[in-house]
Amino acid sequence: MNAWLYVAEFILALALAPLASGIINRVKAKFAGRHGKPLLQLYYDIFKLLFKGEVLGEGTTWVFSAGPVIAMISSVAALALLPLGGAASPLAFQGDFILCAYLLGMGRFATVLAALDTGSPFEGMGASREALLGALGEPVLFLALLALITTAESLGVPRELSLSTLFNGFSPLAWLNGRPELIMLVFVMGVLLLVENCRIPVDDPTTHLELTMIHEVMVLDHSGPNMAFVQYGSAVKLWLFSSLLTGLVLPVMPVWAHTLSSILGVFVCAAAVGVIESVMARLRMHVVPALVGLAGSVAAFVLILTLVR
Amino acid sequence: MFNYRESVAWNDIPLVSMDALCSFAVERCRRNWRLLALFGVPSPSGTEVVCLLADASARLLDAVRALPGRAYDSMTPQCPQAHLFERELFETWGIRPEGHPWLKPVRFRPAEGGKRNARPGPGQADYYRVEGAEVHEVAVGPVHAGVIEPGHFRFQCYGENVMHLEIELGFQHRDAEHLVLTSPARLVLPIMENMAGDTAIGHATAYCTVVERLSGVKVTDRAHILRRLALELERLANHTRDLGAIGGDTGFLPTSAWNGRITGDFLNITSELCGSRFGRNLLCPGGVKWDLDAELCRSLAKRLRAAYRDARGSVDVMLESSSVLARLTGTGRVSFEDARALGLVGMAARSCGVAVDARMDWPLCDLDNGTLHKRMRTTGDVLARTLLRSDELNDSAASAEADLMQLGFSSGEEACRVSVPEAMPASRLAVAQVEGWRGEVCHVGITGKDGSWLAYKVIDPSFHNWFALAMALRGEQISDFPLCNKSFNLSYCGHDL
Repeated sequence: MNAWLYVAEFILALALAPLASGIINRVKAKFAGRHGKPLLQLYYDIFKLLFKGEVLGEGTTWVFSAGPVIAMISSVAALALLPLGGAASPLAFQGDFILCAYLLGMGRFATVLAALDTGSPFEGMGASREALLGALGEPVLFLALLALITTAESLGVPRELSLSTLFNGFSPLAWLNGRPELIMLVFVMGVLLLVENCRIPVDDPTTHLELTMIHEVMVLDHSGPNMAFVQYGSAVKLWLFSSLLTGLVLPVMPVWAHTLSSILGVFVCAAAVGVIESVMARLRMHVVPALVGLAGSVAAFVLILTLVR
Repeated sequence: MFNYRESVAWNDIPLVSMDALCSFAVERCRRNWRLLALFGVPSPSGTEVVCLLADASARLLDAVRALPGRAYDSMTPQCPQAHLFERELFETWGIRPEGHPWLKPVRFRPAEGGKRNARPGPGQADYYRVEGAEVHEVAVGPVHAGVIEPGHFRFQCYGENVMHLEIELGFQHRDAEHLVLTSPARLVLPIMENMAGDTAIGHATAYCTVVERLSGVKVTDRAHILRRLALELERLANHTRDLGAIGGDTGFLPTSAWNGRITGDFLNITSELCGSRFGRNLLCPGGVKWDLDAELCRSLAKRLRAAYRDARGSVDVMLESSSVLARLTGTGRVSFEDARALGLVGMAARSCGVAVDARMDWPLCDLDNGTLHKRMRTTGDVLARTLLRSDELNDSAASAEADLMQLGFSSGEEACRVSVPEAMPASRLAVAQVEGWRGEVCHVGITGKDGSWLAYKVIDPSFHNWFALAMALRGEQISDFPLCNKSFNLSYCGHDL
C-alpha cells in the first residue's frame, strides 16, 4: 500500500517538476514589470525539443551524447530516494543519503565529461567552475546531514537513518524537543539549492554571456532531445533540492495534507528563488566559494551544537 | 598654433621632416598635449602625414605635416597614444613605422573589392600568445551570442585570471572616410550620421561644425541650443540604456527591465525634434533643420521631467543595492597613468581622473554651459563608470530641460538656420571636437584646391578607448569581461568606420 502511494507521489513529482521553473520565471517577470512567459513554457520547450533533430560537433564522441541522459537519470534516481508527500521511499535504507549525494555527483560528472568532450574553451571553463562548485558543495551537504544524524541518534529515533526518516517531519519535531539549532539548516539547504541549481547569486541562468556562465555554458552544444533531457534533468534537480528544504520544515501530517503542502512547499521555494533572483545581483565568481563556505560554517556550527549536548 | 574655432590654410601648416614631426609630437604629449589625429593626405609628391595636437588648458591646436616616404622611426614607444594611428598609417598608406611594438592591421577589407590598398581579410593576423602548459586561450567572436556588432576577443588565461586580452576589430569597415570624399553632397550627412549609429547627433554636429568653421559661418544661438539639446538627449538615452545593461550583466533584473522602457522615452523625445528617434536628419551645416514652437517645448519638457524621474528612480534602486555595488566595486580598473598615456577620452577617461570633456574644453559656442559640469571619478573601475553615468544623467536632464524652457520662451525670435555658401574655401583645414555621449568625437576636414574635400578624417571616441578595455582586463577574472565591456560600451562601427 505504502509503496503504491509512493509511486503515485513520485509520478506526481516528475510530472510537476517543469512547473517550478515556470513559477520562477513568472515571479521574475512580475518584478521586472513584464507579463512573462507562460507558466507551462518548459513543458512546451521540452515537448518541442524531443521532436527536433540533433546537431553534433565534429569532434564529439558518445561521451557527449551520453552526458545529458546520465545526468537526467541520476537526478530522477536520486529523487526516488527522497520521501515525497509524507510517504517514505520504498528504496530507503540506512545511509541512503550517501547514495543520493553521489548519484547527483555522477550526474555532474557526466555533464562535465560531456562538456570537456566538445573541446570548446568555453565548455572547459564551465566544467572547471562546475567541478569546483561541486567539490565545495559536497562537504556542506554532508555536514548538514551529520548534524541531522547526530540529533536523530541522541533523540533515539527508532527507525533506520535514511533520507525518508530525516526529511520527513523529523526536523520540526527536533526543534520542539530542545534542538532549535537545526532551524539554521534551512539556510544551509537554501544556499545549497541555489548553488546546485546554478541560480543567482551563484550563476545567472538567463544570461547570454558565455564567459560568465557556469552550468549553462556546459550545455551550449547540446540540441534536440538531448537538450530536452538537460532541461528536464535540471527541473528534477530543482524539485529534489526544494523537496529536501520542504522536508526540513514540514511537520508530520495526514497524507493528503502532507502531499498538498509539500508540493506547495516546492512552489514556495521556486517563488523564493524568483524573488532572490529579482532583488539581488550575481556575486563575483571568486566570491562564490565564500558563500558556500558561509553555509559550510553554519552547518559546522550546528553540528558542534548538537555534539556538545 | 591656431584657435580651435578657426580654420587654417593648408600652406601655413609647417612642412617638416618626419623625425621632427615625431619628436615634436612626443615632446608636446609630454607637456600634457593630446594627440588629436595623425593621418595621411595624398599629395603630388607622395603621402603627407598630418599630425594634430591639442592643448585643452590654452584651447589651442597645433598642426605639422611631413613627407615620410616608405618608413620612419615609430613614435609609439615614447608616445603610446599614437599606437593605433601609426598602425592605421601603415595599413592605409603603406608607411611603415619602424619599431612599432605591435604592427598589424587595424581594419579588414570589405568582402568585395577593396577600393584602395589591398588589406588582409578578416582574421588574417597574428595574435599575441602566452606559452605554457597551464595557459589556455579563449577566443570570443566575431560572431557573438547577443545581437551586437562583430569583434574578436582573445584571452590568454591562467585559470580564471586573464593575463592578456587582445581585441581585434575592423570587421565592418565600410571605408566611410573615403565615401565622404566620393559621395554626392546630399549623401554626406547621412554617412556622418551612420559613422556610429548611436552617436548620430555627435557625428553630425562635428561634421556641421567642420563645414561651418571652414566656411566661416556663424550659427545662431538658437541653433546652438537646439544642437546642445539634441546632444544631451542622446546622452540621456544612451546613459540610461547603459545603466540598465550594467544592471543586466550583474544579474540585477529590475533596473535592466525598466531602463529598457525609459530609454525609449528619451528616444521618443528626440524623435519629436526631427522625426527620427536617433536624431537623424536634424542637423545641417548652418544650423538645424527643424525648429520647436513654444507649445511643443512645454510638452517635451514635461515628458522629459517624467522620463528623468523614472530613470533616476530606476538607477537609484540599482545603486542602493549592496549586491550590485559589491559586484561593481574594484572590477576592471584602469589607472590614471594608463588613461593619460593612452589618450583616453570621454567617460572612460573621466572615470580614471583625467579631466577631459570637450563640452568645457572646446565649447562650440559662447553660451553658458549651465548645469553641465565636468563630472569626475578617480577609481577607474566599473563602479566609477557607472556612477559617472548616473551623475551625468542628472546634469544632462537639467540642461535639456533648461534648454527646452529657453527655446520655448524665445520661440520665433531668431532663426535656427543660416545659409552656408555652396563652395568651401580652397586648401584649408578645420577641426571639430564634440563631446558625444561616449567622449570626444573629432572630425578633421581638409579642402583641396577646388574647394572640395581633399581628405576627411573621423576619430570616434571608441578609437582611443578600446585599448582601455584590454587594460581593464589585465589580472581580472575572465568572467568579469562582459561587465567591463558593458561599462565602456564602445562602438565597433565607430572604430571600424
